[in-house]
Amino acid sequence: MASTTQLDIPPAPPARRGRTGSTGRAGDKIFLGLSRGSGILLLLIMASIAVFLSYRAATAISEDEGNFFTTFDWNPAGDPPVFGIAVLLFGTVVSSIIAMVIAVPIAVGIALFISHYAPRKLAAPLAYVVDLLAAVPSIVYGIWGALVLVPYLEGLNLWLDQFFGWTYIFEKTEVGVARSLFTVGILLAIMILPIVTSVSREVFLQVPKMNEEAALALGATRWEVIRLSVLPFGRSGIISASMLGLGRALGETMAVATVLSPSFLISLHVLNPGGGTFAQNIAAKFGEADAFGRDALIASGLVLFVLTLLVNGAARLIIARRKEYSGANA
Amino acid sequence: MKLQRKNRLRATALGALAVSGALVLTACGSDDNTGTDTDGGNKTSAAASNIKCDGAKGQLRASGSSAQKNAMDLWVKNYMAACSGVEINYNSSSSGEGIVAFNQGTVGFAGSDSALKPEEVADSKKICKTGQGINLPMVGGPIAIGFHLEGVDSLTLDASTLAKIFDTKIKKWNDPAIAALNKGVELPNKAIQPFHRSEDSGTTQNLGKYLGAAAADDWKYEAEKKWPAPGGQAASGSSGVASQVKTVDGSIGYFELSYAASQGITTVDINTGGAAPVKATSENASKAIAAAKIKGTGKDLALDLDYTTKAEGAYPLVLVTYEVVCDAGNKADTLGTVKSFLTYAASDEGQKVLTEAGYAPIPAEINTKVRETISALS
Repeated sequence: MASTTQLDIPPAPPARRGRTGSTGRAGDKIFLGLSRGSGILLLLIMASIAVFLSYRAATAISEDEGNFFTTFDWNPAGDPPVFGIAVLLFGTVVSSIIAMVIAVPIAVGIALFISHYAPRKLAAPLAYVVDLLAAVPSIVYGIWGALVLVPYLEGLNLWLDQFFGWTYIFEKTEVGVARSLFTVGILLAIMILPIVTSVSREVFLQVPKMNEEAALALGATRWEVIRLSVLPFGRSGIISASMLGLGRALGETMAVATVLSPSFLISLHVLNPGGGTFAQNIAAKFGEADAFGRDALIASGLVLFVLTLLVNGAARLIIARRKEYSGANA
Repeated sequence: MKLQRKNRLRATALGALAVSGALVLTACGSDDNTGTDTDGGNKTSAAASNIKCDGAKGQLRASGSSAQKNAMDLWVKNYMAACSGVEINYNSSSSGEGIVAFNQGTVGFAGSDSALKPEEVADSKKICKTGQGINLPMVGGPIAIGFHLEGVDSLTLDASTLAKIFDTKIKKWNDPAIAALNKGVELPNKAIQPFHRSEDSGTTQNLGKYLGAAAADDWKYEAEKKWPAPGGQAASGSSGVASQVKTVDGSIGYFELSYAASQGITTVDINTGGAAPVKATSENASKAIAAAKIKGTGKDLALDLDYTTKAEGAYPLVLVTYEVVCDAGNKADTLGTVKSFLTYAASDEGQKVLTEAGYAPIPAEINTKVRETISALS
């Protein structure tokens, strides 16, 4: 707003000129117009996409004969059309939770090893290799999961069923290959490792050296240094890193679609084949869906969008708070 | 010394690359389950003389069912070899996408696993200015029930046991109901793992229609494109189901016959109540399609299949795929090509190549009407 008023006053005072970076030359004005134009264009495009999607979703939901949030079925082509996101929401959240439970401790461990334990010669290549995992396309993870992970996990599933079946969660009630939410969770864990690791590593490297050296000078062991200064300092960083990973896990499509055996049932027995996630369901149903079916899928996609937005918003909040914290230290 | 090691490393890497490259290439090769590439060349030249290219010109876009992909590939190859300057692109996405594209007017014709629904016909009137969309049965084929059970090479089932297996009511391979149909076969005490399609599919719908008609007491579900029964496991596409059946011991699944042939999967013989169990073959499927009646009105030739046929050697679990066109009001620039191409596809030659790809020709009586309708397209 300050810049618009500034445009009306030809001889801009130097202080304002500094703020907008305008020297009053033609090139600057053109550049200002171009960048402002692109900004507005972007907002317009985003807004029209949002309006379009919400409109399509709203038409679909208004004709849904089931309850959009509680129906355990997806049949928009049926007569009457019945579809609901309960199973998808459950599957998305459960598989992501499994992924987080597995990935976060491992990622923090790797990050601590790279930042505090590994010799420098080893740390750099190791960090590089972990980051490289992020560059593998998700469909490759999917194929690897279907061909390697699924057959190998059958043994683990039987073992879990035998010794942890009493937990109800690990009780295996159906015979079948391990194309389950649990397997998907493991695969997602591998896929989100790099982002969680690299953000945590950056945070751990920013721990003020003075804190660590002070702890060492007081006779703390290396583990005590980590426990007393590194982890408390990095806690919010770890949380925000995990949130970023969670965001990725929620939206993963092809790897899940390749590995999971989808079905519209909610079961806490995570070792049984079945379940479904938002992204997987869209990928699977889009091809054969008619126009109304696509609207229904768009509606489910909007729910995923809101879910991801919430997670990323939470991550940003935490990161913003951490920034102040580290700013005080700098 | 160091240099040598480097070279050896490099050689190993090259070797690994070559091996994986070869694997990738062979994988691509086996994907083509028509199995006719080798003799296709001769057929093309022989067929070329009889294909009439009158009025065909330019580019024709078509889209739809992947169930008839392999048939369409053969037709397009033969047709384009005979008619130079004509280009046909069949995008084998899915029936749903094909019909959507047809009703948006972006394709000359669409391929579909199931006949147009009334509302889709209503939509088509916007594109077919003076007419409406009609269904032409062009490709038939058996839906094979493939199974994988160590130590069992042949298996006979009837509609009722199939329904119970896919509904997970029969859970073990040595169930008395299965044993009664397979005297002398040693069935293991193993869990049955039924596989179905994860996405909506015309193949699923046809299986549902068959089970609903032939085993009404055991299959209470509506015949829809989506898999209706709870339980069992899902895989994506016919190829996905076939590869799961291939790898998982104790599994059973359904897919077009060509997938069973290309993956070397044993198929179930169906006991229809006739004299002897029927094998899933192109000829047997044609015999069953011959029992079908035309249910479409006017120029529409949608078929009503008789799933309960007991005719000798008629394999009742069949799928008929249609080409969807405008009966009148086709676009002027594609009409010639559509007519010419479909005339070839419905011709004796065109129908004959179907058996090579694991499909079944449309029986002569119905096919005559298809040809009449095609020649009257405008």
